[in-house]
Amino acid sequence: MAVKVIIPTPLRAYAGKQESVELQANTVAEALNGLTLRFADLKKHLYSDDGKLRSFVNVYVNDEDIRYLQKDQTQLRDGDIVSIVPSIAGGAHN
Amino acid sequence: MATKSEISANPAPATAPVSLSKEEILRYSRHLIMPEVGMEGQLKLKQAKVLCIGTGGLGAPLGLYLAAAGVGRIGLVDFDTVDSTNLQRQILFGSKDVGRPKIAAASDRLRDLNPDIQIDTFETHLSSENALDILKDYDIIVDGTDNFPTRYLVNDASVLLGKPNVYGSIFRFEGQVTVFGYPDGPCYRCLYPEPPPPGLVPSCAEGGVLGVLPGIVGSIQAAETLKLIIGVGEPLVGRLLLFDALAMRFRELKLRQNPDCPLCGTNPTITELIDYAEFCGMRGEEAPAPQTSVPEITPRELKARLDRGDDLYILDVREPHEYQICNLGGHLIPLGDLSKRVNELDSSREIVAHCRSGKRSAEAVEFLQRAGFRKILNLKGGILAWSDDVDPSVPKY
Repeated sequence: MAVKVIIPTPLRAYAGKQESVELQANTVAEALNGLTLRFADLKKHLYSDDGKLRSFVNVYVNDEDIRYLQKDQTQLRDGDIVSIVPSIAGGAHN
Repeated sequence: MATKSEISANPAPATAPVSLSKEEILRYSRHLIMPEVGMEGQLKLKQAKVLCIGTGGLGAPLGLYLAAAGVGRIGLVDFDTVDSTNLQRQILFGSKDVGRPKIAAASDRLRDLNPDIQIDTFETHLSSENALDILKDYDIIVDGTDNFPTRYLVNDASVLLGKPNVYGSIFRFEGQVTVFGYPDGPCYRCLYPEPPPPGLVPSCAEGGVLGVLPGIVGSIQAAETLKLIIGVGEPLVGRLLLFDALAMRFRELKLRQNPDCPLCGTNPTITELIDYAEFCGMRGEEAPAPQTSVPEITPRELKARLDRGDDLYILDVREPHEYQICNLGGHLIPLGDLSKRVNELDSSREIVAHCRSGKRSAEAVEFLQRAGFRKILNLKGGILAWSDDVDPSVPKY
């Protein structure tokens, strides 16, 4: 399935400064795997050492949080948009 | 759990029926002639009590619009003083305020804008010790802070007190806005159970913010706050609004209350405020400087050695846009490119690596040591210290 992964601003530095990446994947796990194969630096920002998606990073398929779908086994369809949404704290400083 | 009407309506026992003076009617006429606000809505605004945590980039438009709209009582929490780097986005302050406590400058500005409202000031760090006491007197909490410990603290205190928390955060040119802590709605911990460890928080190389961005996000927070008070429209509950100013695009994601949430789930494990610095893996506001054991050179020592004619190779590991601000004439290889471009360096020469403050260049020195470089030093305090100790004509940023 041809899907688009949207890279959030804080992680673009680790993804060739790209806003989004188009790739082929049948599940969220495949999409993220494809992404980290292409951009190895992203891996430690998305996954903890035990291979779990980090708890300050959420992944959405279209507008749904995968935690309330089938997590990383959520099936993808052609044209789906996978969003990586990390927590950001900025307000005044940064 | 509070109901919507308890939040939006005036909870205070009215000793005298609240009304608007002739002057107030004129001041708020553009609200009053609109049925969605009208006299009823304006009186709700007059009786409302909103606490703004932070008077910086987000708090500035927020405070201005709440005061202008006639929110009767506005609390401000901040501990900081105005500095000149704030003025690029913190529109509450002017050049004459540099050096003043933000709370004093902000309350002066808001009182000038609307002398009929009450401004409460809390010149303090919000902490686990004082948060419940400060928050308890307000109907709505607005989070305009800039760090993870305070965000979790504000969230937890709001949920424990049953108050809505109008959340906004920004990064460079991207913002997130939602309303947490609304009855049956999600909280910040439902969305993000834990903060990132300090090491993964973007460094100054990736920091910065488009000045107008907090203006937009803070204004959306103000709009949500006014809607909650008046009780009109559809609140931004269960929806995370993402804004990208570069693409000029808004997107909306669904947020759900997490039944496993440690704070507002079915079996909560957090029932009181905790130590948020510890929770966020840090002591105090900022991540501690890394325990560097890399060899260092101070700016004064470097200057002396260069003046002596020592053969030193200056390596600048900042980003190209930083090099344009100021530089020491060094060879530029951004830290992120160092592994790919290490062959540009001659390991037989003595190298001094520097960045803005010394943190990134310490990482560069560590990396190069692992790569077999032996004669490599980190410029202590970076180009900032160079400006302080050697050459004040080098601008600081």
